[in-house]
Amino acid sequence: MNEAAHHKDPTGDRFGMWLFLFTELLLFGGLFILYSVYLARYPEEFVRGGEELNLVFGTVNTVILLTSSLAVAMSVTALQRGKIRLTLWLLASTIASALIFLVNKYFEWSAKIHHGIYPNSPELTARSSGENLFFGLYYLTTGLHGLHVLLGGALLTWVFFLVRKGKVNPDDFVTLENAGLYWHLVDLVWIFVFPLYYLIL
Amino acid sequence: MSSKEPHHIVSYATQVKVWLALLLLTAATVTVSRIELGALHVWAALAIASVKSALVIAFFMHMKYENRAFKYCLLAALVTLATFIGLTFFDVLYR
Repeated sequence: MNEAAHHKDPTGDRFGMWLFLFTELLLFGGLFILYSVYLARYPEEFVRGGEELNLVFGTVNTVILLTSSLAVAMSVTALQRGKIRLTLWLLASTIASALIFLVNKYFEWSAKIHHGIYPNSPELTARSSGENLFFGLYYLTTGLHGLHVLLGGALLTWVFFLVRKGKVNPDDFVTLENAGLYWHLVDLVWIFVFPLYYLIL
Repeated sequence: MSSKEPHHIVSYATQVKVWLALLLLTAATVTVSRIELGALHVWAALAIASVKSALVIAFFMHMKYENRAFKYCLLAALVTLATFIGLTFFDVLYR
């Protein structure tokens, strides 16, 4: 066993990833605080805004993210058990889910923008300030979340190639675990975005 | 000290069960949102979302199998966020 092998500290690596995820939690937490304060101030306007969001897109994207979270969690198990091909298939399906999610988001946002609903649009500025706040927060939160989907997808693509090259393998898989943790965070944020924005009545 | 530490492997069966529970809870949150509950809506939605998050964190993110330092730090992060939310509302509601 050479010296370099002893310098590996997967628990420390995962701990570092978790510390980063806590900062992400507080970042999105800030947006949820804004949401809750304005929901308390403009309850009717928020309901009116929420009714305009597409429940089908929201639900389909929820199922996509939950399923991709399962795939990435299973890919860790598969790699731990030495099933490289299965690991790669599971990772590929997660990356595909990320792309499908973003395509859905593109259609969803396009439809909204087509209807003249985007920050500072003439249609929206003519409405109440509560609705303007709702859609402003909607674009900010889902936009920041979408950026995380994009980054998570890129990170998993990178890990996909590391697994294929054998640099991430059944003896050294913390990079896959950490990329997976990031992907689960994306899922966690959506678990709260979905009911608060799409299901508010 | 061995270079390879013991590592818990979460079975596919456990993960699929968690996923099924998450889908059921998603169906529940959609159903609950269609029922007349008034102000309880948001609380019901948050309660279901919290259960879903706990499942993802415990099983998909392996928090259940991590050592105590991870769990205490998670608790500290959640308490920090709850404190921010609490203090904000203390200001907003009683201004």
